[in-house]
This record gives sequence, structure tokens and C-alpha cells, in this order.
Amino acid sequence: MLEVQSLGKTYLGSTPHEAIRDISCSVTEGEFVALVGPSGCGKTTLLRCLSGLDSPTTGEVRVDGARVIEPVASMALVFQEYGRSLYPWLTVEQNMRLPLEAAGVSRSEIRERCDRALTDVGLQGMNDRHPWQLSGGMQQRVAIARAIAYRPRILLMDEPFASVDAQTREDLEDLMLDIRSRYDMTIVFVTHDIEESIYLSDRVIVLSQPPTTVAKVFPVNLPRERDQLGTKSLPEFIELRTAVHRAIRRDEDVTAGALAKA
Amino acid sequence: MAADATAEARLPAVTRPAGRRAAAVRHRTEPLLVVLGLAVLWEILTRTDVLPSRYIPPVTVIVPELADLLTTGTFWSSFGATVYSWALGFVIATAIGVPLGLLIGSSRLLHRATSVVIEFLRPIPSVALIPLVVLVLGAGYQATLMLVVFACVWPQLVQASYGAQAVDRVGWETAVSFRLSAWQRFRRITVPSASPYLLTGCRIASSIDLIIVVTAGIVIRTPGLGNEITLAANAGSFDSMYAYILVTGIVGYAFTTGIAAVEKRLMSWRPEFRKAH
Repeated sequence: MLEVQSLGKTYLGSTPHEAIRDISCSVTEGEFVALVGPSGCGKTTLLRCLSGLDSPTTGEVRVDGARVIEPVASMALVFQEYGRSLYPWLTVEQNMRLPLEAAGVSRSEIRERCDRALTDVGLQGMNDRHPWQLSGGMQQRVAIARAIAYRPRILLMDEPFASVDAQTREDLEDLMLDIRSRYDMTIVFVTHDIEESIYLSDRVIVLSQPPTTVAKVFPVNLPRERDQLGTKSLPEFIELRTAVHRAIRRDEDVTAGALAKA
Repeated sequence: MAADATAEARLPAVTRPAGRRAAAVRHRTEPLLVVLGLAVLWEILTRTDVLPSRYIPPVTVIVPELADLLTTGTFWSSFGATVYSWALGFVIATAIGVPLGLLIGSSRLLHRATSVVIEFLRPIPSVALIPLVVLVLGAGYQATLMLVVFACVWPQLVQASYGAQAVDRVGWETAVSFRLSAWQRFRRITVPSASPYLLTGCRIASSIDLIIVVTAGIVIRTPGLGNEITLAANAGSFDSMYAYILVTGIVGYAFTTGIAAVEKRLMSWRPEFRKAH
């Protein structure tokens, strides 16, 4: 349902920077895809192009065959910087209502969706709090609740758990698995954390150093039911982790080699 | 005594609110004590003729004089004229400055194109325009209004422009990704983001406004407190001159305090005003 065809992105300027050279991939309905890669590899750039916030220099993104040139109603984006993505002058519920009101959803439906989404992220009854009265992890839950109340078919997440502590991070990872099973959503999840990418997804796409291409794709053949300790100690998990790690490192070595030669 | 101390140590939750209330009372009485102290000092300096009491009457003369003034129709009509000019000038300046400033601040092109003109016009003191305005509009009430609007548009415009530029990038992109229209983004994101700046603009404009209204009263004699100050001085009745000056101070203080109160209410989400939940 989500297709990327030979997408490239070059930032023009006094020194043009080729962030993405050529990426092609597709995501099928209901799939959970993780994009990993070394830091600075254009993961975020790719996600911004997918969401329609940025436009690719070459190639295209299509959702259900329609070309994405601006943000579309079937996609929602969760940012890493939850503290800036949530509006401090609005309460939790008002933050969630804003996109729905803009989209012209009826009042009663808005209420229902907000309450359900808040319950699903474990924040029932927090409607009238302000985001800044909540902890970082809770704020990111609100941002996730806002996205799922929007009822996108595709949820894009840009390193959403990169700025919370380890314990909170695990809780949020499990929350995503739970939400995935409740809502019929396709999820594209950007992370630099290898374990996280495998733990959550059905498929891990490893991106290379910039100018970025797809370095390797790993299907994750782990059982759907996952838990932090059990899944992460499965031999298949560990094997996959090593393989993904190698794919990222090999790419770094290649780049380092090229640099050394040059 | 010792027993009380231990009880207090054991029950911080109970004793703390009382302590906070005491602090609040202190915060209110401290400034009042300074005001009283200065009044006493003034009284002593004028009664002992360290300051010439012929030109500077003692407080105990000015305050009863003010009380007398409050019973006269002249006082209230000039007071009303000043407050009215202040308010009308404020509303007009805000209605021009804020939308224009938000518009300029939202567009990099407009911002670049207008910055030279704004930075040229802004530093011109409004009082420098008095001769021009009087020539064009006559020494009437419109002249005062014109000066006030000219003086107050700039702080409003510049603050609004800063405010519109202070919109957070991530918050903005969140709104774009959720497909808010340009108007929805303006109303729901730009305006609230800019609101702290707008209130600062209002605070600055409100004091400049009063200064100009009083100045115009003194210089071009439009009815109001400024005009009364000049009249009293010309008539040699320094008691009532000081009483009028005192009133302008009180009016200014009331405006500023009022705006600060509105700010505290509207900006409860700002870090500096946040209350722990």
C-alpha cells in the first residue's frame, strides 16, 4: 500500500548534499516495518518524504497508487520531540482534538475517539491535564494517542523513543505492539536501535551511510506474541541482531575504506 | 517551643501552606511599607523645608487636595477624557499593529521587505510629530489620538512580528502533517505561540499610550489630566498640580497591573507561570 520508487533527495545550497541516493521499497497492508541505519544516514529525511512534509528530488512515494506530494489523510506522523510536537497551551484532550476538528470529524465521534485512544495508551482520565504536567514517557503516549485518534491507515514514527529512559522505552515498545494488535494499522518505524527494530517489526530495512541506499532487508520471523525478556533471548532474535549489526557495520567499513582511499 | 518545632518537622504538609500564605502576605506588605516610608520621608523633607514647600507641598497637603478634587466635575471629566483617549488609541494601535505584525512575522519575504521602513519609522519619537499633526488635524482630540496610535503601533507590530517568528518548527510541522489549513494553523498555532509576545507588546504600548496622552494634554492642551496639570501650574495652585500628577501615576499603575493580571491568567501554560499540578 506504501510504495517508494527510486527515491532520491539532494539538499541544494552552496554545497549540495546528497542525503538519499536511491531507495526503493514497499510496505504491505498491516505490516510493521523498521528502518534502521547509522546516525546521519537520512532515516528522518526518508520518513519526511514518506509523510509528504518534504518532497523527494527524484523518484516518488505512492500510497494506494496515489502520488504523495503533501501530507495525506491516511498517514499520521509521530515525532521524536514530543515536548515540541504537543502544544503546551492546550490540554491533553485539546491536543488530540485539534487534528480531528481540522478534519471536520463530528463532536460525538471526537469524544469517543479521544477517550478510546487515551485508554489504549494507558492514560484514561488524563484529558484535562496539560502535557507539561506529565512525564516524558506519558507525553509521548499522548502524542501516540493523538496519532491513533486520527485513525490513519499508516503510522509513521520518527525515532519516537530516542529521548526517554530505558525502562520507559521498553514500556512504550510494548505499547506499540499492543496498539498494533488493536488497530488495523501499517506502521513504519525509524530507529537507530537494532534490538528495538527487531523486537517491534515484521521486517527490518537497513539503510546505508549517505548518500543512502537500502543496504539490506531482513524479514523478522519471530512469533507475533513478543515479550521483552523472552523474545530478546530467543536464538533467532540474537542471530538476527548480529546479522543486522553486521549489515550496518559492514556499510560503515566500506565507507571508511572509501574515505581512506580518497 | 521545642515541642512545636518537632511537630512542625513531622508535619511539613500541614505547615507548608500556612508558610506560603504568610509569604504571600509579606509580598503584599513589603511594597506598601516602601511606599509609606517614601511618603514619610517626603513629608519630613518638605516640612523641614529641605525641599522648598512653596513648590513641593507635603504629602499631607496633596492627599487631602486629591480627595477634594475627586468631588469635582472637572476632575472626572478630565479623568474620563484621558482614559477614553488612552483606550481608543490602544484599541486602534492594537488593531493595526497586531495583525500587521503577525502577517509580517509569518512571511520571510514580507519581513525582509519591510524591515528597513519599520526600523526607520519606529525610532521617531511620537512627540516630534506634534507640530505636523497639529498643522494637519488642528490642536484637537484627533491630534492626540493620531500621536498615540503612531507611538503605540510600533511596539505592537514588532512584538507581534517576533511572536509569529517564534513558532516552534516541530509544532508547526505537526500541524502541517495533520493537514491543518493555512488559516487553522494561523489561528490555532501561530496566534497562541505568539501570545506571550503580544501581551508584552500590550504592556509596552499601554504605558507609552498614557505618556503620550498626558504629554499631548500638556503640550497641545487637549482636555484631560495633562491639560489640568498645565492649568494648575499656570494658576500657581501646586497642590492640585501634584494631585493630578499623582493621579496619572495611579492610572498608569492600574493599567500595568491590569495587563499583568490578564497575562498571568492567559499564560498559565507558560513555564514562568506554571503551577505544579
